[in-house]
Amino acid sequence: MRRNLVVVGHGPAAHRLTELLVERGAGWAITVLGEEPRPAYDRVALTSYLTGTGADELTYPVPEGVELLLGDPVTEIGRAARTVTTRGGRTLPYDALVLATGSSPFVPPVPGAEHAFVYRTLDDLDAIRAASAGARTGVVVGGGLLGLEAADALRSLGLETHIVEVAPWLMPRQVDEGGGAVLRRHVEGLGLTVHTGVPLAAVEPGRVTLADGTAIDAGVVVFSAGVRPRDELARAAGLDVGERGGIVVDAGMRTSDPAIYAIGECALAGGTVYGLVAPCFAMAEVAADRLCGGTAEFAGADLSTRLKLLGVDVAQFGAASGPLDVTFMDPVGGVYKRLFVSDDAQTLLGGILVGDAGPYSALRPFVGRPLAGTPTELLFGGTAALGGDLPDDAQVCSCNNVTAGRVREAIAGEGLTDVPGIKACTRAGATCGSCVPMLKRLLASSGVALGKAMCEHFDHSRAELFDIIRVRGIRTFSELISAHGRGRGCDVCKPAVASILASLGAGHILDGEQAALQDTNDHFLANIQRNGTYSIVPRIPGGEITPEKLIVIGEVARDFGLYTKITGGQRIDLFGARVEQLPVIWKRLVDAGFESGHAYGKALRTVKSCVGSTWCRYGVQDSVGLAIALELRYRGLRAPHKLKSAVSGCARECAEARGKDFGIIATEGGWNLYVGGNGGFQPRHADLLAADLRMDELIRAIDRFLMFYIRTADRLQRTSAWLESLDGGLGYLREVIIDDSLGIGADLDAAMERHVGSYQDEWAATLADPDKLRRFVSFVNAPGTPDPTIAFETERDQIKPVLITEIGARGGLEVTRA
Amino acid sequence: MTTGRPDVLEPGAVETARGWVPVCDYAALTPERGACVLVGPHQVALFRTFDGRVRAIGQLDPFSGAYVLSRGIVGSRGDRATVASPMHKQVFDLETGACLDDPRVRVPVYDARVRDGRVEVRVP
Ligand SMILES: Cc1cc2nc3c(=O)[nH]c(=O)nc-3n(C[C@H](O)[C@H](O)[C@H](O)COP(=O)(O)OP(=O)(O)OC[C@H]3O[C@@H](n4cnc5c(N)ncnc54)[C@H](O)[C@@H]3O)c2cc1C
Repeated sequence: MRRNLVVVGHGPAAHRLTELLVERGAGWAITVLGEEPRPAYDRVALTSYLTGTGADELTYPVPEGVELLLGDPVTEIGRAARTVTTRGGRTLPYDALVLATGSSPFVPPVPGAEHAFVYRTLDDLDAIRAASAGARTGVVVGGGLLGLEAADALRSLGLETHIVEVAPWLMPRQVDEGGGAVLRRHVEGLGLTVHTGVPLAAVEPGRVTLADGTAIDAGVVVFSAGVRPRDELARAAGLDVGERGGIVVDAGMRTSDPAIYAIGECALAGGTVYGLVAPCFAMAEVAADRLCGGTAEFAGADLSTRLKLLGVDVAQFGAASGPLDVTFMDPVGGVYKRLFVSDDAQTLLGGILVGDAGPYSALRPFVGRPLAGTPTELLFGGTAALGGDLPDDAQVCSCNNVTAGRVREAIAGEGLTDVPGIKACTRAGATCGSCVPMLKRLLASSGVALGKAMCEHFDHSRAELFDIIRVRGIRTFSELISAHGRGRGCDVCKPAVASILASLGAGHILDGEQAALQDTNDHFLANIQRNGTYSIVPRIPGGEITPEKLIVIGEVARDFGLYTKITGGQRIDLFGARVEQLPVIWKRLVDAGFESGHAYGKALRTVKSCVGSTWCRYGVQDSVGLAIALELRYRGLRAPHKLKSAVSGCARECAEARGKDFGIIATEGGWNLYVGGNGGFQPRHADLLAADLRMDELIRAIDRFLMFYIRTADRLQRTSAWLESLDGGLGYLREVIIDDSLGIGADLDAAMERHVGSYQDEWAATLADPDKLRRFVSFVNAPGTPDPTIAFETERDQIKPVLITEIGARGGLEVTRA
Repeated sequence: MTTGRPDVLEPGAVETARGWVPVCDYAALTPERGACVLVGPHQVALFRTFDGRVRAIGQLDPFSGAYVLSRGIVGSRGDRATVASPMHKQVFDLETGACLDDPRVRVPVYDARVRDGRVEVRVP
């Protein structure tokens, strides 16, 4: 008979436990009782909820067969009867019980504390968001890891934000005084106000006061001053709890009652309560193994952390002090690094990195091991100093406890060739991602060539070719391939190089030798369709069009017998034109004031818009006006892949801007810029790059984003995949674009100005050039003759191609209908 | 309605012994690009390759059923001169007509030459 396992609490620890038990098919009937009204979600990523990540995206999938009873907390454990009782009056029997109740935020006992918010659950964030709507200022009490994260969140909600920390410096648990000072400068540089060394005295509606008498305006107050393990159930049931809280467990995660386990932040394991998710997962793994009859033990966990807070890299690993140390401090550059080593200077004990956590992933696995170089080399050489010689038992991914040996084994055994493969197979890199550079090096040292070569003709990646062409001022494909490649090129490298040349402003895409490099779509400035005819999309900026122009499109379509369809990008596609008809059709369109819509190019397509504040009673800004301005600014811009954009005039987001490469959503205070969104095969919501921008700031941020993408992305890599692949992700992108950390801002701005200044309508220019027009014939020896194999039938009152389809395995041809 | 042109569909089945047919000026062909000519009922894709030669294959892309091969990108694979179909990018050897991505498929190859600045092709 199946035994009953009851789990109390549905947080990350409980989720991992149930997932493992289901995976192992352990024969338990599993019921989870959760207090929150929704299934477990990724609490580590909680803050992203405020910047637009949906609750569904954060929610973990519930393993099959696990029964969830949510919104009904457990109020009592009946140990004698082996039952639990909930507030709603349910009583459930258990054979084994797991407590995974996590922690609750610590609320300092000050007068008026009831006016403050805490920062732990999605419901807390909803409440903070609602309160921020009417507020101007915010105070976060607590300058630790979570406090800084909460402060960043308040800032992104548009509040002028203060941080109050009782210790003499920020993040006192992770960094020392020097690191704290560098951190403070970063935080203040972002416009936040920091108060350290003073405790909070009282909260009143609208303000807080500190013990030294300072009063701070505060529309919203958030407590983030540490957490306390939720051991109340265990305490009431007479289980052993620690003096300072936490349910006492042994190495097998068992409490003082052998039928009851405790895991996650509520557990006191080996005298420690762990406040990071990785040890919580490790505890879940041990408990799962025990529940399956195993003997796994929890051996304590690494409290190393690496995070990016307010755009600042902070990392701490191993010991936070040691007999000898090497310290580097650059107050101007905002970098602080300190390594602790054994007294013989042979063994790495730990370290603190602020402002540049680059060496973290390479150094952390070496804690407790002989140094692979001098401390100075390690601090500055980063990963290069260490080679690929990581010992097999060194932990690479601390979130999921994966060793270098396990990764190597997976690479060899499963034939893995890339980081996503490693993530799927071992979970390494799947949580915080800080070990991804390490995984790449393990791939490389396992002999996997990380194929960057574009094709057999070039050993370079697209980004490298872009730099070669830009820096050496190369103007033609022949020049490039003779100096830097081999052979005659192909359908991979030729269009890629054509696109790079176009991005660098090499004139009309059909000029000279460039014409021969283009894909058929660019070659005929139209989109080839399945029967070899082409479709035509005139630009309709922002989707706004006059009745006169609509009539012209209708007349052209009628006169040439074209099939018409409204596109998803708010324009009109005309299908079924033969090559020799393209110039005649375009002559009519250009005369009526239309220009190329670049639907055929890896280029900006459309900037879609909602109707905006001019007409819409909800709109807060003129989305149509902005969409038109952006479409006209970036029209014709060639990129590694097509680019789509949209502008929404209010938070209702009717233009679906977050599904676009760059999307803009109006706020009361300006414009929010989202990047890296995608619909299509792999949908992705765009991430908030910057909030409440003025128009000039917005344009500059988009200019830089687009140019940086154009310079560094791979061939046919959409912005979404590019953003995913950037080392350092969104934070890094923000540094490059907003803070100009690479010092290339002015260069990117200038490149975009060149593009804007040299734009010409490709179709108007083509119509004016007999040489370019020569290609628009079906047969060079019979220019007036249409391709006789193109035929149409009628469907729903419009044309439809008659197709000759596929060569089957039989090798014959058949005429079929589409 | 169908296309109804069986002769176009199976070029090899038409048994004629035509000779060389002049089709266009050599100068009308763009270097390393294709163009299409009509020779009787046959659509022939001509390519002016990097070595200055003109090569001719059938215009029909057997994978898509559309007459489009002249509009593909010309290049090389190893030491073979090639064209990639503009539809789904299968690569064809311009010398032999063999599809280098699918050994079951081959397109017809025709003789082509340049005489006095004129391109001539011979379709069997
Ligand atoms: C904003 C934020 C950022 C963070 N960032 C990081 C980070 O970058 N890195 C990192 O390692 N960690 C981070 N953490 C910590 C991490 O989220 C926790 O370590 C993790 O959530 C602990 O998981 P858990 O399952 O033990 O507890 P919890 O996530 O707290 O889940 C416990 C659940 O049990 C429920 N519960 C409690 N009592 C009962 C009851 N009696 N009956 C029913 N249900 C009950 C609670 O409502 C809760 O849903 C962050 C936390 C926060 C809040």
